[in-house]
Amino acid sequence: MSARWSEARRAMREQHDDTLLIALIPYARYLGMRAEPGEGRLRVHLPFRENLVGNPSVRAWHGGVTAAFMENTALLQLLVELDEERVPKSIDFAIDYLLSGRPGDLYADCEITRLGHRVAHTVIRCWQTDIGKPIAVARAHFLLTSE
Amino acid sequence: MNESEFFAALRERYIDNSPHMRECGFVVEALSTEYVTVRLPVREDWIGDVENGRLNPGIVTVLVDSTGGLAALARAGEPEPIATLDLRIDHMRPAFFGADLHCRAECLRMARSIAFVRATVWQHDPHEPIASAQLAFMRAGARRVPDMPTHGVQDFVS
Repeated sequence: MSARWSEARRAMREQHDDTLLIALIPYARYLGMRAEPGEGRLRVHLPFRENLVGNPSVRAWHGGVTAAFMENTALLQLLVELDEERVPKSIDFAIDYLLSGRPGDLYADCEITRLGHRVAHTVIRCWQTDIGKPIAVARAHFLLTSE
Repeated sequence: MNESEFFAALRERYIDNSPHMRECGFVVEALSTEYVTVRLPVREDWIGDVENGRLNPGIVTVLVDSTGGLAALARAGEPEPIATLDLRIDHMRPAFFGADLHCRAECLRMARSIAFVRATVWQHDPHEPIASAQLAFMRAGARRVPDMPTHGVQDFVS
C-alpha cells in the first residue's frame, strides 16, 4: 500500500489541490483534466484543445474523449470520496450522446448512486456552457478494493 | 467515387483527417465491408494507475469509438456523416502497459437511420478480449430521406 493515494486525497480534500491526484493517473494528466471542488462533489474540467477534436470540419470533440473524460470523472470522485488505495477497476460503462461537443471546454460531475461493499454504481453528466443542457450522460460500475 | 476508391480513401484519410485519432497514432490493419481492425500503439500516456501500469479504461473507449465509426462507414460503402448515439463497453480483463491494443469492429445491421456495431479489444490474443462493446451510430445523411411510414418490407433508398 502506498501513502501517495492518501496524500493526494488529503491535498484535494483539504487544499483543493488536484496536482498529486492527477499525477497518479497519467491518462487524466494527458487529457488535461482538472478537478475542482463543487457543490458536494467534484466539478471536473477539461479545457478544449485542437488535438482532442474528432471531426475537424465542425471542430467537435472526439466522442471517445468525451466518454473517457466522464469515466475518469467517476474515478476521481470515487478516489476523493472513498479511501481506495488504487484506482478502482472499471466493470462497465455506458454513454448516451445528447448534443455534439462544440469547440469549448467540457465539465462533468459524478453522483455515486449506490455504494456496496464491492461495487459502486455511478451516474455522470457532462456539459459545456449550461449545466441544464448536458451534452452526454453516462453510468458506470466500478469494483472497489476496500474489503 | 466507386467502392474501391472509397475504401482506399477511408484507409488513407479516416485517421489522418481526425486530429485526435492522428495524435493517438491509430493504424488501420484491416478494412472491408464485413469488418475492420485498428491498432493503437501503446504509450505511457495511456496508463491509468502509475503504481501498477494498468491502462486507463478511457483510452480503450477512444479506440472502440474510432474503430466502430470506421466499421459503419466501411459497411455504408460511400461517404456519409455519422455520429455516435450511444456506446456501452464491458471491461473484461485488465490491460497493461507494454503491448499495443487491437480493436475489431463489425456493423451488425445498417438500418436507414442507424448503424449497429459490435467491437472487441485485445492486447495479446484475440480470443482473450480485454473489452467488448456495442455502439449505435446515427446516420446523419439519412435526414435527407423523407421520414415516411414504411409498410411491409419496403426499403427507401436515398
